[in-house]
Amino acid sequence: MDFEPTIVSFLCNWCSYTGADLAGTSRMKYAHNIRIIRVMCSGRIDPIFVLESFKDGADGVLICGCHPGDCHYHEGNYKCLRRYHLLKKYIAQMGIDPGRLHLEWISASEGKQFAELADSFTETVRGLGPCHVKEIIENFA
Amino acid sequence: MAVYWGAACGGCCVSVLDVHEKLFDVVANADLVFWPIALDIKYADVEAMEDKFIDITLFNGAVRNSENEHMAKVLRQKSKLLVAYGSCAHMGGIPGLANFSTKEEILKQVYLKNITTENEDATLPNVSYEVEEGTLTLPKFYNDVRTLDQTVVVDYYMPGCPPQTERLLEVFMAIVSGNELPPKGSVIGAYDKGQCDECTRKKTDNKHIKEFKRPFEIEDDGETCFLEQGVICLGPATRGGCGHRCIEGNAPCRGCYGPPPDVSDPGAKMMSAVATMIDANEPEEIERITNQIVDPAGTFYRFSLPGSILRRKVKESLQ
Repeated sequence: MDFEPTIVSFLCNWCSYTGADLAGTSRMKYAHNIRIIRVMCSGRIDPIFVLESFKDGADGVLICGCHPGDCHYHEGNYKCLRRYHLLKKYIAQMGIDPGRLHLEWISASEGKQFAELADSFTETVRGLGPCHVKEIIENFA
Repeated sequence: MAVYWGAACGGCCVSVLDVHEKLFDVVANADLVFWPIALDIKYADVEAMEDKFIDITLFNGAVRNSENEHMAKVLRQKSKLLVAYGSCAHMGGIPGLANFSTKEEILKQVYLKNITTENEDATLPNVSYEVEEGTLTLPKFYNDVRTLDQTVVVDYYMPGCPPQTERLLEVFMAIVSGNELPPKGSVIGAYDKGQCDECTRKKTDNKHIKEFKRPFEIEDDGETCFLEQGVICLGPATRGGCGHRCIEGNAPCRGCYGPPPDVSDPGAKMMSAVATMIDANEPEEIERITNQIVDPAGTFYRFSLPGSILRRKVKESLQ
């Protein structure tokens, strides 16, 4: 059977979640592998959320927020961007392909872009294969 | 009372010795029934004790091999209160950094590849070896370093590398005085507030980092917050209680006291805090500044890798 990746996706309430909602109401089709979690702002995404996702079996994590300058809280997305770069470096050190973590800006009107992103990121993660973090933690001894 | 070491450096046992003449207060209230660094009592003597015979066991050190695991289980059975004493038992500590490697890599490096090692027969440690006189045995070396509570149920945690002797005395006196103890699973001998709360350096909101620096790269005035000078200090994500002695000695906090309450992963919280201080909004510039943190995993998880969310590095050989 083909490998179906599990992807956890954190979307900010004001832009990206609305964008994903637009993709839905416009009846666009996109990869079912994306599990969406709505947060109030991409600046709310604690690195712990990302690490817990990998621990619980996610093969990829997608973070979406408002475009730079458009944050509802002025600079939450910049904080997210800074954390993202550091976190990518950390997971690479921990043996997790940094390609499994991706950040993209999606505005409320970008339903089509969200659907395309969901498809393209799913394919990227499919190409990387299963992430073994969960299995390794289960066998930890 | 018993004190035992697993995978530890011995510093925790010395921190118990550091009570100096207060040791008389301790022995007035408790018999020391097992303490390998100071008393000649064998494992068989401990195994022969009745269950719950020991009132308090201070277990320091991580669980690295079958001997550590066996003694953790025996002491759990023989003790009323089992305290994970020190960073290694609490979160894995410095020995926990071995979780960046596998068992095979470590044995190969130490016994075969090391430049000062002469091992022509390529002998590796065996758990048992037959000689004329009988069988010699060694503990089994595990692939992963574990914390104490990943091995047995732990009643209390006392963080620190090593825990402050003053805190140990406070905790010991609280236990023998018969006062009501905090709920099981609590961290004792440390404050709920962070390190920054008791740090005496001058702190402002001016935490904008353009360059991350190593401590030797700054001309420290001895007063300004380390983070404001671009030096990574783990104070914001670390419990107080140590008396901020590193900072008093003009060295930034490295996080041995572990995370404050309700934080599951101290390194992730610290990365979260440090990243937001980066003074840039453009991805290229953020990446340039981030790259100055040479070793994020080692910096932010120096004492807590096995106790963190990911626990160890993912290796192909483990899949």
